[in-house]
Amino acid sequence: MIPASFDYVKATSVDGAVAALVKGGEDAKVLGGGQSLLPVLRLRLNAPSVLIDVSEVGEMRSVTDDGDSILIGASVTTYEVMHNELVKEHAGLLSLTAGVVADPAIRHKGTFGGSVAHADPAGDLPTVAAALDCEMVIAGPNGRRTVAAKDFFVDYFTTALAADEVLVAVRVPKLGAGWSYNYQKFNRTAQAWAIVGVAAAVKSENGTITEARVALTNMGATPIRATGVEAALAGASSSEAIAAAASKAADGTSPTSDLHADGEYRKHLAQVLTRRAVQAASGI
Amino acid sequence: MTATAETTDTTKAIGRPIRRKEDERLLHGRTNWTDNIQLPGTIHMATLRSPMAHAKITNIDISAAVASEGVLHVYIGADFPDLPGTTCVWPVTDDIVMSHMPAICTDEVRYVGDVVAIVLATDQNLAVDALQLIDIDYEPLGAVVDMEEALKPGSPLVHESAGTNLCYTAKMPCGDYEAAKAKADVVVSRRFINQRLIPNTMEPRSVVAAPMGMSDEITIWTSTQIPHVLRVLLALLTGIPENHIRVVAPDVGGGFGAKLQINREEVLALVLAKKLGRPIKWTEARSEHFVSTHHGRDQIQDIEIAATKDGTVLGMKVDLLADMGAYLQIITPGTPLLGMFMYSGIYKMEALDFTCTGVYTTKTPTDAYRGAGRPESTYAIERIMDELAAELGMEPMELRKKNWIKHDEFPYTQIAGLTYDTGNYEAATERAMEMFGYEALRVEQEARRAAGDPVQLGIGISTFTEMCGLAPSRTLGALKYVAGGWEHCTVRALPTGKIELITGTSPHGQGHETAWSQIASDIIGVPVEDIEVVHGDTGRSPYGMDTYGSRSLAVGGQAIKLAGERLVEKARIIAAHQLEVSPDDVEFSAGTYSVKGDPEKSTTIQAVAFEAFTAHNLPDGVEPTLSGEATVDPLDFSYPHGTHLAAMEVDTETGKVTLRKYVCVDDCGVQINPMIVEGQVHGGVAQGIAQAMYEGAVYDAEGNLLTASLAEYLLPSAADLPSFDTDRTVTPSTTHPLGTKGIGEAGAIASTPAIINGVIDAIRHLGVNNIDMPASPMTVWRAIQAAKSGGN
Repeated sequence: MIPASFDYVKATSVDGAVAALVKGGEDAKVLGGGQSLLPVLRLRLNAPSVLIDVSEVGEMRSVTDDGDSILIGASVTTYEVMHNELVKEHAGLLSLTAGVVADPAIRHKGTFGGSVAHADPAGDLPTVAAALDCEMVIAGPNGRRTVAAKDFFVDYFTTALAADEVLVAVRVPKLGAGWSYNYQKFNRTAQAWAIVGVAAAVKSENGTITEARVALTNMGATPIRATGVEAALAGASSSEAIAAAASKAADGTSPTSDLHADGEYRKHLAQVLTRRAVQAASGI
Repeated sequence: MTATAETTDTTKAIGRPIRRKEDERLLHGRTNWTDNIQLPGTIHMATLRSPMAHAKITNIDISAAVASEGVLHVYIGADFPDLPGTTCVWPVTDDIVMSHMPAICTDEVRYVGDVVAIVLATDQNLAVDALQLIDIDYEPLGAVVDMEEALKPGSPLVHESAGTNLCYTAKMPCGDYEAAKAKADVVVSRRFINQRLIPNTMEPRSVVAAPMGMSDEITIWTSTQIPHVLRVLLALLTGIPENHIRVVAPDVGGGFGAKLQINREEVLALVLAKKLGRPIKWTEARSEHFVSTHHGRDQIQDIEIAATKDGTVLGMKVDLLADMGAYLQIITPGTPLLGMFMYSGIYKMEALDFTCTGVYTTKTPTDAYRGAGRPESTYAIERIMDELAAELGMEPMELRKKNWIKHDEFPYTQIAGLTYDTGNYEAATERAMEMFGYEALRVEQEARRAAGDPVQLGIGISTFTEMCGLAPSRTLGALKYVAGGWEHCTVRALPTGKIELITGTSPHGQGHETAWSQIASDIIGVPVEDIEVVHGDTGRSPYGMDTYGSRSLAVGGQAIKLAGERLVEKARIIAAHQLEVSPDDVEFSAGTYSVKGDPEKSTTIQAVAFEAFTAHNLPDGVEPTLSGEATVDPLDFSYPHGTHLAAMEVDTETGKVTLRKYVCVDDCGVQINPMIVEGQVHGGVAQGIAQAMYEGAVYDAEGNLLTASLAEYLLPSAADLPSFDTDRTVTPSTTHPLGTKGIGEAGAIASTPAIINGVIDAIRHLGVNNIDMPASPMTVWRAIQAAKSGGN
């Protein structure tokens, strides 16, 4: 279909984008790669009065090493995340997962920040942001602030971003030595959204898991950390122990039901995929 | 006779896998899709569609839309109270309940997507904007979604005046099924759901209608498979004289049956172009396509098969419920019956009891979709054969071998009365099993079962035949189809020696320009590149019955051959005159006429074409110009066949199904262009796999289409499919002078049951004996869970 008409502002700086947002008021929307927003507009599910394009704001286009973390500009594309050497070295889980997002055309247009800010619970990258305890760097009319992933994702398609704020970058803590990782994406066609996804990062010593991070895609309104699994994995050194820990993956979740999967099936999948992700990550 | 290798005679064009002439233009974007047509003064049309499945229209307020920027007109049903939006040319029974689909609904809507108003504006965007300003009040009348519910007393009625949702009941008892069943040791019955599919062509529907000014002619460019049939129907529906209408199908980006239709947007564009005297243009959005372009399949199949304990099939009972949707379109009621004769597949049996009940529901109308009736029949017979094999404890391929028609039994008149001219099921099967590594996979399957591997392996078999070449006009007449099935070709030799081949077929991706050139090249002896194929325009190719049902080569190919031969014969008379001998003394070979016994004395067909143009020295009684013309009405159908094998892996922990290996050996008789055949097989197989694993329209109880975009309605891409291993056996058809059969639909017909048989074969030992399509992970996982807990 054809979107309703809207004004378009091409931002050249973060401050400019924020100013345009303030000026645009409630009906203004930030446009990144457009891979989620444009379909919404074409279906006329939303009709913003103005789109503020941040896809070429210089500050938001780079990946930089910042000591204990790397800083990924919000307008860095999924394809760039997938292939960036800093990301590969310090946040391999993120580059691995970027490679299973949609298809090459979408990965070339869609941005990391756009995916995170869109906060679709079926999105793969928000889950990784949750698993890696990322921090969101946000700019607004009153300056900048930082919000932890656990506080950033609020509800379906809802984040801590205010209407006049822009996600500038995502700070990804470096995992350090001894960590390995895996992402299990379960979908029906290669390009489709995850029915359920599981991101796992584990730290092992001598065949025993010492620390684990497990986050779930599409198991609720936001990315969910499977804290019960994480706790149970500490000290695990056998496939049985991993399976036992994984059986807690759906605890406390209330996943949605749709055409491809109902809630009960999603809960089942979360357990199977968690087991597989941890086994693949740990090699146990 | 069956050959297994592709024979390539370098002196012949037929049989050569030459690259398609069309492709350079297509790949470089030099195409002329209907939506690319830009005419000065064009008015853009947008359609407002009902959000309700079934409701009375109680009030319409168009005032805001009329006042909206760029809007020229807003029309509602009351503006065209008597204008139909479509017509049905196949009233299959004497007592069928017909329907009337208005061009614009007047007082009632019957499916989500029914047209309730149209906006005409100076710009497409402005037309779409104004749609949102039209205010319509609806009073719900009750959706009718489920076919069995629709037939119950008290169900809301889709067409109140009919007093029933029953559209028709067609019966075809062949032999005495009850007697056959009485002799049976084993009777197996299953309910199969052949789910509703939504055809998705790359190019959505689009139409431009324009008065041409210099005469009363209105040209309508439309993304259609059937320009010739459409011209007749548009004249009948609108009252505009047929000789004032020219229909052009420009480049058409796929059809699959979805463009074998007369659509209300075409009717409206034509009528409005005449009324307003300006070009009218309409192109659907993909989301509009999902609800408004006809759907396919949608049958509940109750199938019963009776056999002796040694595996001899005695008979089969077929009881179908077929969903018509809300209205009958061009061949809606006939589509399920296109498979009526094919339920026995390749097998011998003494009885086939067929019943089909057509049912109205408040859903998008159904109609032809790749295979139209034969995928449904093939699914039923190939699935039930596997179930019978399981019941008998027989290897499923062995059961098939025991019952199929042997190669030396052709021609064979099967139980429904069709005579299969040729076939060699043994040869295709042997080759397919060898390519597949059938025995090794059976060994692996056993090993995985024994080991309790979470990923189980299954082998899916489909040994199919189908019926191609909708042709014999008398047969179609006997089936109450109101048109014929002939095909036309004119081959014109132009003064400069170039050839125009004017065909009545209307390609939309099949490569007719190349394949038809190859046929003509061999017959008239000019290079393929000197032949231009003219198609899809009633102004330039006045006679034709168009392209559907794998008929183009099977029927149109015969017309090309005959027209070419007539041209050659006329040219022989002129050549003989030039060479000063009797025509009987002139030999024709590879474009050259030479005197028998004196080959130095010769002339070429190109030289003859120039003589026929100047007409300075033609023999007495021979008219100037050189062409051959033929209209052919074949005497019978053709029956391609093949063996398709699928290795399916089922992850029993998640229910996820993976197609590991797919082998198909098709027999479409003589291949004009093996590369085109290969492409047709790949596309067809993928489309059939899509039905088995991915596609399926889902409606909620209120009649809303839940799978209304490509996000919910899943189509596989290349990333989801393995590389197919294909080969062909060649058993020439004896009903076709070129020995060809048809290949356009075979893949889509054969592959669906192969996939599902493979899925069930992987998990039958767990107690599963049916999976409804699509075999989604949740469906398969639930079937495994149900079997584990003792039910299924």
